Amino acid sequence: MSAAVLQAVPGTGIDVSGLNVWFDDHQVLHGVSFSVPEGGALGLVGESGSGKSTVLRALCGLVDQWSGALRIDGADLGKTRSRGFYRVVQMVFQDPFASLHPRHTIDRTLSEPAQVHGLDRVEDRVVTALEQVGLDRSFRFRFPHQLSGGQRQRVAIARALMLEPRVLLLDEPTSALDVSIQAEVLNLLKGLQRDLGLTTLMVSHDLAVVSHMCDAVAIMNRGRILETIAAEDLAAGRVDHPYSQQLLRASSGFDRAVIDSFVDWE
Amino acid sequence: MNKPMTGTATAPQGLRGWLRTDTPQSRFQARMGRLWFGWLTFRRNRLAMLGLSIVLLLCAVALFAPLLAPYNPVQGVLNDRLQAGSAAHWFGTDNMGRDILSRLIYGARYTLMVVVLVAITAAPIGLLVGTVAGYFGGWVDTALMRVTDIFLAFPKLILALAFVAALGPGLENAVLAIALTSWPPYARLARAETLTVRKADYIAAARLQGLSHARLIVGHIMPMCTSSLIVRVTLDMAGIILTAAGLGFLGLGAQPPLPEWGAMISEGRQFLLNQWWVATVPGLAIFVVSLGFNLLGDGLRDVLDPRAGGNG
Repeated sequence: MSAAVLQAVPGTGIDVSGLNVWFDDHQVLHGVSFSVPEGGALGLVGESGSGKSTVLRALCGLVDQWSGALRIDGADLGKTRSRGFYRVVQMVFQDPFASLHPRHTIDRTLSEPAQVHGLDRVEDRVVTALEQVGLDRSFRFRFPHQLSGGQRQRVAIARALMLEPRVLLLDEPTSALDVSIQAEVLNLLKGLQRDLGLTTLMVSHDLAVVSHMCDAVAIMNRGRILETIAAEDLAAGRVDHPYSQQLLRASSGFDRAVIDSFVDWE
Repeated sequence: MNKPMTGTATAPQGLRGWLRTDTPQSRFQARMGRLWFGWLTFRRNRLAMLGLSIVLLLCAVALFAPLLAPYNPVQGVLNDRLQAGSAAHWFGTDNMGRDILSRLIYGARYTLMVVVLVAITAAPIGLLVGTVAGYFGGWVDTALMRVTDIFLAFPKLILALAFVAALGPGLENAVLAIALTSWPPYARLARAETLTVRKADYIAAARLQGLSHARLIVGHIMPMCTSSLIVRVTLDMAGIILTAAGLGFLGLGAQPPLPEWGAMISEGRQFLLNQWWVATVPGLAIFVVSLGFNLLGDGLRDVLDPRAGGNG
């Protein structure tokens, strides 16, 4: 069942096939292929350095050297992205302390994308976006340093929603937050995903987070996707690949016997 | 979904409350509040306040020169030439019988003009060259930085001399020459700042909003460079005054009978042994104003430099 867990209808959603990425001479992604149907949610999990985030950065045009086929809604993505592309695809970054401009008020951060794309009723859109992420209007003219981490991440999510995208890329959106705030932000994201029908690609190293948020999970190691399984199977521990089993054991908590049994996967 | 979070709404009381609120109601209020907190930090630095007072005093003297000056700065009484300080002429008179205090007061206008004109031409040029080079990298960076290197390779005063010699003597040309020779350090500084922020997530995030390169550079990168640039420009102002005075001293800046401080020292040089005040008083004025700008620059660095733990 694994390969057919998520199969995009041709012409919709995200379709990645044979993606290779190089940083200078070092190849970090090797033939990564997956697809996410419209309105679906796929999680990419793996340890640090497995290339999860690179997949997202390649999709939104932040990586220069790549080959393979990237398709969003059936349209092939070239080496450069058009301005219109960003109205369809938006991304939320991992660290909310680094992803908001320190000298811009929340108002400016949110209104700039709308102005750049020539949208009407910018004021209304800013207020609506703040409401969507559960922030009061009083936050509108604050600077990021006057906000907590969770509030900042809500602002970052609001910014991603300003252009009303259909595809949302989430790069470990809760890993920089307190545990108590993580659940709030995850519920917010899940609610938005459901209400707005967003196609979601989420990167995380937290298996619990991914199985809560996503329909299916692709497990990555050393720049390759080892297997793609349904979220229920992951929750039930039904994984095939030995590395996946190892990852599952590692996430269940620290155990010396388990750690000693680990092997490096090539 | 979750209950909306509310900011702690404290009722603003008066202007201070309006400035201090953590829930500003407009962009203007947010910006003013930020300035207010910067001012509070600045105010704690006594020396910086002294520098600010000197600079404000210079501005006031320049602005009200006709009201403050007791005599005509360019027309003297030849019978009264080279007199020492007295009740009638506090700082004495020069070789043409002109009151040195009056010349000093009018000279503040030229000093301020030079400083302001150089600052508003050289700093933006340097900022633009530096941010563009740092942002695009590659051959754009190489080309712009080699041009910068060429300008940096010349001693500043010599290059300014060459420009003035080519353009002809005069205060305006001196300003132009100083501006043309003082932008390269600003370009270097702006490039260095750009390199530290261009890989930042908030720049990548702005790119993902579909912003153009021009908008990214002007709206997102330049604001991160301006604070260190302002500090650097303020600290350089003493140097600018000295270069202008140097050009004036060599006869290539302000032309007689303009009461520019450097030119005044140059004229007083001939009488230095017997009538020391003619050259010394404008020299002291240059010293005090340069010191004022340096102290102000140091104070601004404490407030503006994000790495020094300001309100970055």
